[in-house]
Amino acid sequence: MTPEEEQRRLAVQRRNARVMAILLGAFVILMFAVSIAKIGMKHP
Amino acid sequence: MTTETIALPADWRDFLALTKPRVMTLVVFTGLCGMLAAPVAVNPVIGFTAILCIALGAGAAGALNQWYEADLDAKMRRTAARPLPAGRMDKQSALHFGVGLGAFSVLLMGLAVNVLAAGILAASILFYVLVYTVWLKPRTPQNIVIGGAAGAFPPLIGWAAATGGLAPLPLLLFALVFLWTPPHFWALALFVKTDYANAGIPMLPVVAGERATRVQIGLYTIPMAVVAVAPWPLGLTGAIYGAVVIAATGWFALLAARVATRTTRDGDTMRPEKQLFAFSIVYLFVLFGAVVADRWLA
Repeated sequence: MTPEEEQRRLAVQRRNARVMAILLGAFVILMFAVSIAKIGMKHP
Repeated sequence: MTTETIALPADWRDFLALTKPRVMTLVVFTGLCGMLAAPVAVNPVIGFTAILCIALGAGAAGALNQWYEADLDAKMRRTAARPLPAGRMDKQSALHFGVGLGAFSVLLMGLAVNVLAAGILAASILFYVLVYTVWLKPRTPQNIVIGGAAGAFPPLIGWAAATGGLAPLPLLLFALVFLWTPPHFWALALFVKTDYANAGIPMLPVVAGERATRVQIGLYTIPMAVVAVAPWPLGLTGAIYGAVVIAATGWFALLAARVATRTTRDGDTMRPEKQLFAFSIVYLFVLFGAVVADRWLA
């Protein structure tokens, strides 16, 4: 792999990691909201 | 395409493309309408999660479809630029992504919403991948008739997510999408016939010819129209839906009749077929929107 290709590979990995982090963060928030909603439905 | 020829890891946008976002729009819309048409109010967070699961499940089915059909997609102009045939992703990544996303969507639906909705979601993914993509599509020109059931599940899932059960209205909406699929898809197949022929997919125009396809479009439009109108006289919907369904189905029937009865010559632009295909998408959006409008405004 040439240095340019290596740089491109790292750039793609960085972008993917950033998107993955955002998705995981959103999933944690969703799980928290679902838990609160489920508790609210059991104890209205 | 093999993994050896791909030096770069796939970009997240290619994973997104694997989920067929445009197809997902209709799936999400019909699922949302199924949920909003239900006679119970859904907790917004649970409702959002259910729709998210439907979208993710549809995305998983689309990804697995593209994984299985990568070689066929490479032969068709319409699909040659997809991530797998274009060589931007290896097949194993697509398979892992599709299976992982599918399992995640079903598990999340089961844990956050209810088991019935999760069960129907799992059935719809398996039906689309195993029954339609793997079994029917490469073998029979009737592939789209039975395979159409896969796209008909979302209103059932939406209703089940809201109520925890099923009822005649969502079953009729299921039947509507099921019977709408053949005229919708065969209208498309008429003007992309060469693509399917090149890929060796036995679509009706390729196997039975244009005349037979046109007749089938006309024939399938009849039960579709009956099922579309049925919720109104059965008292499952009100006057808003009644007015919309009569007007929209009348227009659909006119376009379908024009396609069913015409013959083409060399160099034909296939305008009526393109119009039927385009209107069929609008038709489904309008009818499902009318079901919801009827429930909330009437």
